[in-house]
Amino acid sequence: MSADHYAPTVHPSGETNVHAVHGSGPDHHHNPYLAHHFDSEEQQTEATQLGMWVFLVTEIMFFGGVFTAYLIYRMKSPIPFAASSHHLDLTLGGLNTVLLIVSSLTMAFAVRQAALKDRKGYINNLILTMILGSGFLVVKYFEYSEKFHHHLVPGPKFHWPNAGQAHGAEQFFSLYFAMTGLHALHMIIGLGLLTVILIQGLTTTFPARFKGRVETMGLYWHFVDIVWIFLFPLLYLIGRHYHGG
Amino acid sequence: MSEHVEKKSVYVTIFLLLIVGTALTVFVAFQDLGVLNNIVMLGIAVTKASLVVLYFMHARHSSMLTKMTILASVVWLLILFSFTLQDYLTRGMLPYPGK
Repeated sequence: MSADHYAPTVHPSGETNVHAVHGSGPDHHHNPYLAHHFDSEEQQTEATQLGMWVFLVTEIMFFGGVFTAYLIYRMKSPIPFAASSHHLDLTLGGLNTVLLIVSSLTMAFAVRQAALKDRKGYINNLILTMILGSGFLVVKYFEYSEKFHHHLVPGPKFHWPNAGQAHGAEQFFSLYFAMTGLHALHMIIGLGLLTVILIQGLTTTFPARFKGRVETMGLYWHFVDIVWIFLFPLLYLIGRHYHGG
Repeated sequence: MSEHVEKKSVYVTIFLLLIVGTALTVFVAFQDLGVLNNIVMLGIAVTKASLVVLYFMHARHSSMLTKMTILASVVWLLILFSFTLQDYLTRGMLPYPGK
């Protein structure tokens, strides 16, 4: 990309105060959705995506921290971690994984249809994505309540039958709740944001800025899916071959 | 970002690969491959994540600046993991307390 692409543009009149030249007069030729600090819609769209990617990089490091804690504690207590992992419901975990992967497909479709200005396709795929994401949270709710009933929530009520493993098991479940809880929080926020662009999508004329917004939400949603892609094997599949699950 | 609109069939293909990858991961989990278990399962997870980033997140068609940003996150993650591990994995190596 040439350096000129980012050079400030000078209005033909020589006026440098952008508010002085702004208006609906015949000499104001750019798209009303193009902000003045960008040279073109393409640059604005690219900056929007880059902004979301930079945010996702910080999120990757955020989850990276909890994953590092998991890494160290699993290395210290491999047997209690495997035993605790066995207790997790593999069917529900697998179901959740499939739900999120399908929701990523429908989200990719929604982004695509928005780019094609296809309102019906956009709305339908977005609604599907939200239903699948909500389904994920419903399954999570059942998983969490089961943990509460079996005294597997770290704290005074935590109980693990094998006394020698209890400490390591409590560490596993601390990490389990921290990691899946943080992930679920991201899902909830994601669903909230999807609701916003769903409502906006009902009346939009699909300017480039809206397509950029949808693409940005797509990036966020796919990121949340990627986090789960790593969470599933790391939490649900430790040492499954030892006892045959 | 280019105005390139991907074919639906490409998304469906990636989706199917992700599902196959998930099934494969569960299958491998029940086999005893020793040390390879973790390596294979994480390898599949990294592949799945790469497919999502490249195709669903349109990284293939994004600018070099965006690509470098994505790569940077991997580099920083590797720094986080490697530096933390080099501490914990070398504890007790020297005969001094705290080493």
